[in-house]
Amino acid sequence: MKYINQEQVQSKMNRRLVKNNIFKTLFALATMFGIVVLAILIIRVLTQGLAWIDMDFITGKLSTSADRAGIMGAILGTLWLMIVVIPVTLILGVATAIYLELYAPKGKFQAIIQTNIANLAGVPSIVYGLLGLTVFVRAMDLGNVVLAGGLTLSLLVLPIVIVASQEAIRAVPQHLSEASFGMGATKWQTVKNIVLPASLPGILTGSILALSRAIGETAPLTVIGIPALLIPFPGGIFDTFTIMPMQIYYWTIDSSLVSEYANLAAATIVVLLVMLFILNSIAVIIRNKFQQRY
Amino acid sequence: MSLKTASKPIFTNYTEETFPNKNVVYDTKDLNLWYGETHALKDINLSIYEKEVTAIIGPSGCGKSTYIKTLNRMVELVPTVRTTGSITYNGMSILDKKFKVEDLRTRVGMVFQKPNPFPKSIYDNVAYGPKIHGIRNKKILDEIVEKSLRGASIWEEVKDRLKENAYGLSGGQQQRLCIARCLAIEPDVILMDEPTSALDPKSTLRIEELVQELKKDYSIIIVTHNMQQAARISDRTAFFLNGEVVEFDQTDTIFTKPADSRTEDYISGRFG
Repeated sequence: MKYINQEQVQSKMNRRLVKNNIFKTLFALATMFGIVVLAILIIRVLTQGLAWIDMDFITGKLSTSADRAGIMGAILGTLWLMIVVIPVTLILGVATAIYLELYAPKGKFQAIIQTNIANLAGVPSIVYGLLGLTVFVRAMDLGNVVLAGGLTLSLLVLPIVIVASQEAIRAVPQHLSEASFGMGATKWQTVKNIVLPASLPGILTGSILALSRAIGETAPLTVIGIPALLIPFPGGIFDTFTIMPMQIYYWTIDSSLVSEYANLAAATIVVLLVMLFILNSIAVIIRNKFQQRY
Repeated sequence: MSLKTASKPIFTNYTEETFPNKNVVYDTKDLNLWYGETHALKDINLSIYEKEVTAIIGPSGCGKSTYIKTLNRMVELVPTVRTTGSITYNGMSILDKKFKVEDLRTRVGMVFQKPNPFPKSIYDNVAYGPKIHGIRNKKILDEIVEKSLRGASIWEEVKDRLKENAYGLSGGQQQRLCIARCLAIEPDVILMDEPTSALDPKSTLRIEELVQELKKDYSIIIVTHNMQQAARISDRTAFFLNGEVVEFDQTDTIFTKPADSRTEDYISGRFG
């Protein structure tokens, strides 16, 4: 005797196929939603801001006059920040990842640190801002300068860099380090010659993505204190600075006073998006180019 | 020879040849090893002789791989490992905490189950060992690379593509490259942990021929699950079962008139 009744199956088949299509449409719509919203955002920003982007806008100084305003100061501010953030996060992040993955005794100690790092990655960025304000701006008396902002952003993205680097290091097959140990190499020689070169693409990809997050971050720097109108360009890590997201914010809230400010904000968004797009593309290129077979 | 007094391994065919007048490279006495709570090696007593091929056979999980990894202390990469007893290598007590493992591993090379070349060029794979031991001179490195690749009988196949990535080689070639890489540190002993289990029969045969060649200059310890392989290439065979050495003798004796019925059952294919 058969358990599956073919006639019954056939009578229900049409309904099942309809259901099948309904869900397919539903999933496609969910995907479309994101794409449509993104498209609206980009079109809106481009139509409003593109006309305002020219060489003068990119290389010009900030100004209260919409016609003369430029964002070079903010671009330089971002670059100076990166000059602090990149070495600090790379050195601290990769060193921490190496220690946790390769040296730390596996046990409670490591588990506690691991959990804390995961939690730190989820702490709201404004909290890091308060930390930065307390420690770097006030206690260390740096003031609201690039160094204080950069160190604050470094703390913010450090957990991301650590986790990404740990994953990259973990992905290096054990048998490669075994081969190295088997020839009498010390742990450091093995890390330097085998593990790091093999995990470098992964580490770089993760770090660049973390960096692009840092570039767009605004809240912690608001807390540290960024002048609303800063005319001189920042020339070093001990100068006060402004950044593009901050400028977007100021121009947007002041657009009720001067309506052209809204266009400046849109133009700045375009520049910021292009910068992030370039950074993310570099991450993708590195990942594809250096991906290794083991 | 202290082994004669050891209780565990059963030697019935005592002849001059059973304990030859050869130098002992490795002497293992009452070795016990635990992974956490698992007692993986039990009262191992074994002597490895110079410039011979010693095969270690036994079913999966019998401790044969664990034992060979204890000989260069690679077993310690598992953090929960504990050992008692002693292993001497040329008279030096290697399980001693003060003994530097790096020192041991520059004299004892290892070839692994799965070919594991580095994701580097063929040249850099072989030059890796000498480089980490401080050889910087390009001419000397060139010489070591060529000598090692010849020694692993792969020179003719790769001499025109030394700068190419090692992953472009076939599995059998990769394994011979790993042997060359191991020869480049100029070891006295070569440990081989099932070196042909991931290879096709033709590549296996080449490795076996190579082992015969290498034993003129090196003491070789090879773990294999392939009994025919042990019979073909080894001078002496140890049969492991459940973490114990059941029998250790000349290969001929083990395969023709084993002393222990369990050895006979295993080699005649009744289990394992």
